Amino acid sequence: MFGFSRPQLIAFLAMVALIVICPFILYPVFLMRVLTTALFACAFNLMIGYVGLLSFGQAAFYGMGAYVSAWTIKNWHVDASIAIALGGLTGGVLGLALGYLAIRRSGIYFAMITLALAQMVYFFCLEAPFTGGEDGIQQVPRGFLFGFIDLSKDMTMYWLVAAVFLGGFLLIHRIIHSPFGQVLKGIRENEPRTTSLGYRTDDYKLIAFVLSCTLAGVAGGTKALVFGIATLTDVNSSTSGEIVLTTLLGGLGTVFGPAVGAVVITTMENYLAQMGAWVTVIQGAIFMFCVLSFRRGILGEIGNLLKIKL
Amino acid sequence: MTISRRTLLASATAAGAAPLARARAQTPTIKIGVLNDLSGPYINTTGVNSVVCAKQAVEEFAAQKGLNVEVISADHQNKPDLAVSIARQWFDNDGVDVLLDVPSSGVALALQPVVREKNKVYLNISAASSALTGEQCSPNFVHWIFDTYMLSRSTGGAMVMDGGDTWYFITADYAFGRQLEADTTAVIQKAGGKVLGSARYPFPGTTDFAPYLAQARASGAIVLGLANAGADTINVIKQAAQTGLIEKMEPAAMLMFIDDVHAVGLAVAQGLNLTESFYWDMNEGTRAFTKRVLPKLPKNYPNSVHAGCYSATLHYLKAVADMGAAAAKKDGVAAVERMKAKPVEDDAFGTSKIRADGRNMVPAYLFEVKKPSDSKGPWDYYHLRATTRGEEAYRPLADGHCPFIKA
Amino acid sequence: MQAILSYSFSFFGTNVTIAALLGQGTLGLINGAFYACLSLGLAVIFGMLNIINFAHGALFMMGAFASWMLLNYLGIGYFPSLILSPLLVGLFGIFLEKTIISRLYKLDHLYGLLLTFGLALVIQGLFRNYYGSSGLPYQIPHVLQGATYIGFMYMPNYRGWVVLAALFVCLATWAIIEKTSLGATLRAATENAPLVQAFGVNVPRLITLTYGGGIALAAFAGVLAAPIYSVNPNMGDNFINIVFAVVVIGGMGSIMGSIVTGFALGVIEGMTKVVYPQASATVVFVVMVIVLLTKPRGLFGKAA
Repeated sequence: MFGFSRPQLIAFLAMVALIVICPFILYPVFLMRVLTTALFACAFNLMIGYVGLLSFGQAAFYGMGAYVSAWTIKNWHVDASIAIALGGLTGGVLGLALGYLAIRRSGIYFAMITLALAQMVYFFCLEAPFTGGEDGIQQVPRGFLFGFIDLSKDMTMYWLVAAVFLGGFLLIHRIIHSPFGQVLKGIRENEPRTTSLGYRTDDYKLIAFVLSCTLAGVAGGTKALVFGIATLTDVNSSTSGEIVLTTLLGGLGTVFGPAVGAVVITTMENYLAQMGAWVTVIQGAIFMFCVLSFRRGILGEIGNLLKIKL
Repeated sequence: MTISRRTLLASATAAGAAPLARARAQTPTIKIGVLNDLSGPYINTTGVNSVVCAKQAVEEFAAQKGLNVEVISADHQNKPDLAVSIARQWFDNDGVDVLLDVPSSGVALALQPVVREKNKVYLNISAASSALTGEQCSPNFVHWIFDTYMLSRSTGGAMVMDGGDTWYFITADYAFGRQLEADTTAVIQKAGGKVLGSARYPFPGTTDFAPYLAQARASGAIVLGLANAGADTINVIKQAAQTGLIEKMEPAAMLMFIDDVHAVGLAVAQGLNLTESFYWDMNEGTRAFTKRVLPKLPKNYPNSVHAGCYSATLHYLKAVADMGAAAAKKDGVAAVERMKAKPVEDDAFGTSKIRADGRNMVPAYLFEVKKPSDSKGPWDYYHLRATTRGEEAYRPLADGHCPFIKA
Repeated sequence: MQAILSYSFSFFGTNVTIAALLGQGTLGLINGAFYACLSLGLAVIFGMLNIINFAHGALFMMGAFASWMLLNYLGIGYFPSLILSPLLVGLFGIFLEKTIISRLYKLDHLYGLLLTFGLALVIQGLFRNYYGSSGLPYQIPHVLQGATYIGFMYMPNYRGWVVLAALFVCLATWAIIEKTSLGATLRAATENAPLVQAFGVNVPRLITLTYGGGIALAAFAGVLAAPIYSVNPNMGDNFINIVFAVVVIGGMGSIMGSIVTGFALGVIEGMTKVVYPQASATVVFVVMVIVLLTKPRGLFGKAA
């Protein structure tokens, strides 16, 4: 089913079961935060894990998606589905423009260029009148889904977020297992060789980048509806850094890793908030630990142990 | 895989808080949640000192009235969505009744609808946005000390009265800076002063202010208005001191605290004008408060935010003592109304009144930073230049367009 | 001369005089000096270690803090700490290279980027916990206070000193790498490390020293910056993004390229402040976009 291997199928069913059961045990707003982060991380993983492109500017797409969704639903009173779709569209269009520039270089240059371009987007958001500067867009209504489902109840909103996440997750999985995805992996493993086989690798990279940015925009837009806000934090470079950390910790290039990373990082963030001042230090330390002795990430290591691909 | 998921789930439960907390909420313990910056740019201005000062109020008042009060704290890392999810969790699972402090306007505004929806109490001390008692006001909310309107009113108006009638602004080019500049310009013109020009610099990222300082010098204005905050203000002052501009112009910082002055050092900050509503060495009351709380503060002397946390907590507890803990827990609006009905009275701020829109009308003081040679002891930094009474310092009620006032 | 200086023209509705352009361009050299020192350090490290040192901004900050600590804990003044701070921070860099960074050489470059990113978070977080984030004062040394008239503007003496000192150190670095036998060995090791090792050169030690040297350059810039900016745990953040753009624009192929690009972008940024102030924060990024469109390898770059 959907190109899952047997262990992956079991893991997928377990994940779906958890998504269904958890809101009855745990706090739904917290879970929605986990799910939007997880979608963002899965989208990021599409690039780093399968094409080998490390972007340090993903917050630009996530944040702009959040701004556009929040603004349209607040000022035009559009349907929630349309607001989220517009968030995705914004991420995609912006991704096309910035990606066109960034894919001209690869490796570390790509990382630095995306960082610099995202910084420009940040400046833009700070200045542009529609973002509300450092106050952000506040008191965004959750509105209605398809005109008749009232999203103001946390549980109703949760099912929408869960559906968006699962939709995005399956889409990414489908892309990876398509012929297109095979070419992407070819690029990651050996770009000159893929070129020699007659593929225009830059086009493939750009399409993957745009897809990833679109989903980042969707994640941002969904988040804006859940919390009713879109602010500068969403476009800030520290958000870009965190999503890299989330994916790295969960396992680069694993199917479920980014979601697991999102669970751990979000939980930790909530937990550390009560602890006080050590948040950045601990995040940095985890980063270093992962790179030095945990490069496969949580699911990568488990998969390696059990000799399966998760 | 399964094992890992289960452990993750367990840790998530620990953080996401458990049904246990719900049971505890039924005993009438009042819980105050200090939500501020413990790791970022506002760590000194708010931070641990705010928590300590809130606890000080609890210690002084709760025991003698037989109230059961707990103070907890969290770091919002200046992320509005994190702040919202912490606050919701506090309200839903941990039985928190009051949100206290909350720096950074974006975060502060994001919490307004949450507190209203849950009918709790929100006492904001350290966010500057005057929208909090304006278009985005709430009956569950009190704004304790400063806002952008009051800052421009005090620094702008009082300086013009005192002879500083021509101004040149150095403004951070984003909403906060531009609004400060516009508000202050209006105040200056109303008071009969003139603004000769302004230089807007890109924010963030500007580190070299020499070009703007040169333009300010050329304008011939008396007052150098700094419509920015934090590290930027400090950098401008440092660079103004280097170029000798301080001797020619009177700098006026629109948003600065005594801990910032401490950071710059008197040698550089001398002659700077700024507005705060609390100074530890102002009168008997402030000195008594400072003496009580100082041994518990890890780093700084208390600034107006820290004193505000003390004052707000104390006043809230007085309202709770009046109406009973159970009633106060049940209805945030009622608790805030009780706070508005009582005059605020404490050592740190003297007496004041809370207006219908949630604006606490504490006076604003314009201070001038002392010369190093005039400073007699540790943190002896300010010299009082002018006082703006509460009734004049804040935006008139009608101009705020606070929706629930009309209703 | 005066006539030329006072000539003015209109640009986007702003009245621009040549004197103002010259003045701001000159002041732009100061930021340019920091860009040059930092991007040079990045380029040297990248050349040898194949690592983009994301912690560069944090180590720049440590340089400033080191001079503050030397002054406040040991009473050591500005000029000695101009040598001592880079030395101390450089030693810290060597320690980092020996203990942590050396484990990454066989891996993809991206891991080096990620590791140093984490390192930057840890260093900044620790400093913030201990020293807060309001910043700490550091005075300009007495001999360098005041300003001098240089024909079209008053140049604060300290700023003139910053430009000259940075230029001197950058050129000295260039001379060491391009003109000495040590530099020749270094360049050879960059090209083909195993071969140089076979000639009996201790390449790992060379790598360690290079990293220490690159870090010392950042720390040196930090000491220069301490009296101008507040000594603040986040002071490197503003620079690191721009320096990355500078590196992309210049390409990391040549030492001289880094120096020239750094100073030039400082000047461009300064002049933008006169012509169209709102764009001065983004002008470096705009230049980066133009370079990427026309010369994707960077102005001085070799193959990626």
